[in-house]
Amino acid sequence: MTLRPELTKTEVTVRKREEVFTRPDVDLTTRLGGVTFPNPVFTASGCAAAGQELDQFFDVSELGGVVTKSIMLAPRSGRPTPRMAETPSGMVNSIGLQGPGIDAFLDKDLAWLAQRGARAVVSIAGGSVDEYAKLAAKLRGQKGLAMIEVNISCPNVEDRGQVFACDPVASAAVVQAVKRAAPTGVPVFAKLSPDVTDITEIARACVDAGADGLSLINTLLGMVIDTHTLRPALGGVTGGLSGPAIRPVAVRCVWQVRQALPEVPILGMGGIRTGLDALEFLLAGANAVSVGTTVFGDPSAPIRILDELAVALAERGFGSVSEVVGLAHRPPDVHVPEGPDPVGDLVIEEDE
Amino acid sequence: MPVQVQGEVLSVRKVGAYNAMTVVAPGMAELTRPGHFVAVQVGGPESSMLLRRAFAIYDVKERGVYGGTVEFIFSVHGKGTAWLAARRPQDKLDLVGPLGKPFRLPAERVNATLVGGGYGSAPLLPLASSLRERGCRVDFVLGAGDQHRLFGQLDAKRIATSIEVTTDDGSQGRKGRVSDVLPELLDRAASDVVYACGPMAMLKAVTEICTARGIPCQVAVEESMACGVGVCMTCVLPVVGDDGLTRMVRSCVEGPVFLGDRVRWDDVGTVPEDVVGSITAGTGH
Repeated sequence: MTLRPELTKTEVTVRKREEVFTRPDVDLTTRLGGVTFPNPVFTASGCAAAGQELDQFFDVSELGGVVTKSIMLAPRSGRPTPRMAETPSGMVNSIGLQGPGIDAFLDKDLAWLAQRGARAVVSIAGGSVDEYAKLAAKLRGQKGLAMIEVNISCPNVEDRGQVFACDPVASAAVVQAVKRAAPTGVPVFAKLSPDVTDITEIARACVDAGADGLSLINTLLGMVIDTHTLRPALGGVTGGLSGPAIRPVAVRCVWQVRQALPEVPILGMGGIRTGLDALEFLLAGANAVSVGTTVFGDPSAPIRILDELAVALAERGFGSVSEVVGLAHRPPDVHVPEGPDPVGDLVIEEDE
Repeated sequence: MPVQVQGEVLSVRKVGAYNAMTVVAPGMAELTRPGHFVAVQVGGPESSMLLRRAFAIYDVKERGVYGGTVEFIFSVHGKGTAWLAARRPQDKLDLVGPLGKPFRLPAERVNATLVGGGYGSAPLLPLASSLRERGCRVDFVLGAGDQHRLFGQLDAKRIATSIEVTTDDGSQGRKGRVSDVLPELLDRAASDVVYACGPMAMLKAVTEICTARGIPCQVAVEESMACGVGVCMTCVLPVVGDDGLTRMVRSCVEGPVFLGDRVRWDDVGTVPEDVVGSITAGTGH
């Protein structure tokens, strides 16, 4: 299934700079779980709402996909304020999955994305295996749905014991239930937490349960104490740390999972701010990337990063995204291909 | 619809305890109405401070020698605003704006009282000019901790029929709070509407005085924001909708201007049990 391949056009208007930017002629298409996307730059769940606000700054249908804020079955008010504290090259948030509930989301938000011609990656979150399954079933027959991201790793729940992604058995149960209920032909990705001893163990459990791919990573559990009030800075006390501060952790997770599961598609994320950051994730083994916290400081960042990535690839002599996916795993003596050799020809070491 | 522009600093000047910054920002001035705000990137492109700082827009000029300009007032609170205060003419500054819902203007000639706390008076001054252009009577109350933290007295005197000043320490005007002088002024000026901007405690007090007298008031709230454009969900507060239900609404896109009596002041900073989607109401987990 190819979604709107005509969007791989090379000339785009970058509104922010008010000039026409000619994107280098690089094949930006990428495949995630059997679906071909026109390019590898997506928004990140919880950092783009459902795309409408960012569409004021750039055409969201030009992105690989729009990953929507995790939606639950019922409307949800989230956690008390303050919900955010800025940290060095990052921020800690405790939003608590505020949202309108799946029915209002489908009527209003997904309908808008479909009408806009954007590829929607719908992120779902539940408090039980059954809630995840119900959410997945609601997505059957929905226009504009390109992929499902299963958020089993939100740190902002009342009980950390409810973070499914901390336990391989619980993770597998959610993924299996979602796969059974989800529309066929729509890839299901599980979004994992870095706050585990061995992320490859959780990754393997999800894939064995039927996940078509993995989204790596969610925020790290963090905390800030206000030295004026002498109290925790967040209403929710603890929160999720995101932004460039966590990028090396995210790159490490992508690297480890790519090494352990060479064939499994990965949507990589964690502090991506520039095209070179995106390239770093692709080299570590991500097939596509999500731009998250950076959007808060720069609402046009996703389209800028896409442009910068295309330039970075062209500058390095690559003709396509697929050439660089996982390329950092090659042994030191393998020559960097100058032409469009498929990455599959490269030996990927398994470190067992 | 907001725009994101790479602006250029035209001037930075000290105004009492505050800083006034004017930035050449093509395309923004003509879209701006009183009550709109601007979100400013701080620390430059490689900054470790990722989040924008939001400021109410004080003044705009659609066409000047340098093109359209936007002026905002800020106070140095931390590293981000300290960086901003150290900018010099011709420095680049990334701005997003105008953002939020502006003050709504009355359709008829009414008597309007404007209440500003600290530099919360900044968006009230262009509002006062718009009201005067519509033939409204405008009276001001400006309050602050001390005389250095009053803002806009000269502008207010020029525009308004009357101006009352209060300071907590009595260094200027009457010693006390704006809420001490507001009831008397509302009677004297036969006020039909009130507009207010300043600290949350002041907005609450102003709302209570207005509600007791049946006078509608619009308030511009100050909530900490990460993005300013509606995607991060950090700047929420409990607001009662037309259907009587309370929701946690974003002050950046649904505000910052709200009807004072719709904000549940005592519940700001909490998620009330009867709010739509409350976790404690058992609709979540």
